[in-house]
Amino acid sequence: MSVFQVLNGLTFAALLFIVASGFTLIFGLLRIVNLAHGALYLLGGYIGLTVATATGSYLLSGIAAMAGIALAGLLLDQTLLRWVKGHDLRQVLLTLGVALVLNDLTLVIWGGDTFSVPIPSVLQGAANVGSVFYPKFRLFVLGVGILTFICLWLMLNKTRLGALIRAGVDDAEMVEASGINIQRVFLLTFMLGSALAGLGGWLGGAFLTLYPSADSEILVFSMAVVIIGGRGSLIGAAVGSILIGMLNTFGQVWFPELAYFVIFGPMALLLAFRPLGLFGRAT
Amino acid sequence: MINRRKLLQTSSAVAAVSSLGFPAVVRAQKAPIKIGLMAPLTGVLAAGGKELVEGFELWWERNGKEIAGRKIEITVEDDASNPDTALQKARRLVEQTNVHFLIGNITANTGLAVANYVKGNGVPYFIPVIAADDLTQRNRIPNVLRIAGYTGSQMTRPLADWSLKAGYKKVATVSQDYAYGHEMCGGFCQTFTEGGGQIVQQFWHPLNNSDFSPYLGQLQGLGVDAIFGMETGADASRFLQQYTSFGLKGKIPLIGAMNVADQSVIRTLGDEPMDVVSCAMFAEGGQDEATKAFVAGYEERYQKLPSVFGTTHYSGAKWLTEALTAIGGNVEDREALLKAVRGIELKGTPLGSVVKLDPYGHPVYNVFIRKVVKRADGKKWNVPIATYENVSQFWKYDPETYMKQPSYSRTFQGIKS
Repeated sequence: MSVFQVLNGLTFAALLFIVASGFTLIFGLLRIVNLAHGALYLLGGYIGLTVATATGSYLLSGIAAMAGIALAGLLLDQTLLRWVKGHDLRQVLLTLGVALVLNDLTLVIWGGDTFSVPIPSVLQGAANVGSVFYPKFRLFVLGVGILTFICLWLMLNKTRLGALIRAGVDDAEMVEASGINIQRVFLLTFMLGSALAGLGGWLGGAFLTLYPSADSEILVFSMAVVIIGGRGSLIGAAVGSILIGMLNTFGQVWFPELAYFVIFGPMALLLAFRPLGLFGRAT
Repeated sequence: MINRRKLLQTSSAVAAVSSLGFPAVVRAQKAPIKIGLMAPLTGVLAAGGKELVEGFELWWERNGKEIAGRKIEITVEDDASNPDTALQKARRLVEQTNVHFLIGNITANTGLAVANYVKGNGVPYFIPVIAADDLTQRNRIPNVLRIAGYTGSQMTRPLADWSLKAGYKKVATVSQDYAYGHEMCGGFCQTFTEGGGQIVQQFWHPLNNSDFSPYLGQLQGLGVDAIFGMETGADASRFLQQYTSFGLKGKIPLIGAMNVADQSVIRTLGDEPMDVVSCAMFAEGGQDEATKAFVAGYEERYQKLPSVFGTTHYSGAKWLTEALTAIGGNVEDREALLKAVRGIELKGTPLGSVVKLDPYGHPVYNVFIRKVVKRADGKKWNVPIATYENVSQFWKYDPETYMKQPSYSRTFQGIKS
């Protein structure tokens, strides 16, 4: 296991974590399997691309991508999802429909060519890490991933909102009974989860490029992460991302013929023995 | 004011004239020639499909939609890159719209589905992009002709020869793991190793590979003289990007299949594709008059440089026009149409050389070794740096002997050790 390949796995894992943590937050608290999460990721990437090209500021494009997708999440929750609260199947179908509509919209607006979010020159090129030259941008993604984990962990464990979210994951009715407006917590969580999809799209737009169907690819990966990690668990999402990132990298190196099997094979095995994932709890 | 009687008189006169005159006019005007054009207009390949339609339409826009007194009617259908959809749309075009022949499609699976359908009913089907080798080799169908098209292995053999002459001895390949990739790589590997070169390693990855870093890490340590890349669409963009960010660019030269450096890929990238050498039967930066005129016209009409999809279908449309003119527009006679198409020696297309079909229904033409450079206005394009004349799909082999070797696959790459 060379340092190089480990870094490849970790940087990919960092990107997966950012996207999957948003997915798992929404899944864990709101019980919504948001199949539009990938489409929001892609939309965030395109927003980042447009703002970065128009203003030339990479930081601004990142903020725009997160804010834009948080807003999209707000709209999605308030205009559509509120009508199907509590109906699992309808929610899944609705979000799938939204994903398809968003896909076609992005195709109409940005076309089908492959785009890449332009990155500032500071992040271009390679840096010397120990004995290897490694692309700076991927290290940047790794840094953002770790930072996201720390922020989310602090938020969930040290703040009132975090306490409410954790309580909501365990028993939403009980929280509501104690006089908390759980609907507002739900909405904030949905927006936060969406903003993470936007952040992922912005980073992924330069990491993996933007093109039609990029959304379903990242969605499949983040679902695998959440299934392995366990619903609603932040630690689970982190461990799941690292596992999938590493399996993806070393799978390609060691068993190139089985590139997809090495990711989804272990996932299927895990489901057979731990249906709730590594860190999932029954409710 | 018109009184009632006058009105009645006039209208009856009009009615009398029309009952005599109009049918005569209708009889004199012949029924239109109906063309069924298929392209993926939704899904991953929508951008390519759109360019395909644009290229085809551009020809008719410029040259008029009429041949031998018959109007040209084009019906466009979306195949969604899905063989089932393609088959269903081909059926609809033939059986309901009553088109005289079919043209188009991008992916091999849609092309094979349609080819299989027309095999049974004899409807002529033209495939300027479908590259599957065996459609004009081991499993050829008489009414399926690859006008202005190409096969994977045909394109990469001249590149292998050029690479040997450029002094490359050891090459590694990175390719998508499906038939088109196997054929592109196979053509290269066979000619390269027969010429004394060595294929150090071959990497195959699934389509839509999100991360190339595992391969790039290994490629760095192989000590090869060049890397041969065979990637299409988003994979190509990502490959070029990651190749650059991992610092391989400038260290190990990148050569590749035409799709790696196609306009549809390079126009949205920065400097990553610069200096990539690829091979194709056309180069948008070519200096012959027909190419220059086509590229300028396409750019004016669609505000972008043409890709392989638009170029081949524009050329295909010219090919069909010449054949239809030769048979006086009598498109109902399928045998005559196919014979005329086979007999055309096509000049003055953006393909840049004289093009004609071999006895197997596949074009023979010049193949260019192309390099990505910047035009004066900063746009990237492919300019020819070497030309191989009259390249056949069988390269320098005898067709019958060649077709006795297996089709290219992951396990058979024609590598001579």
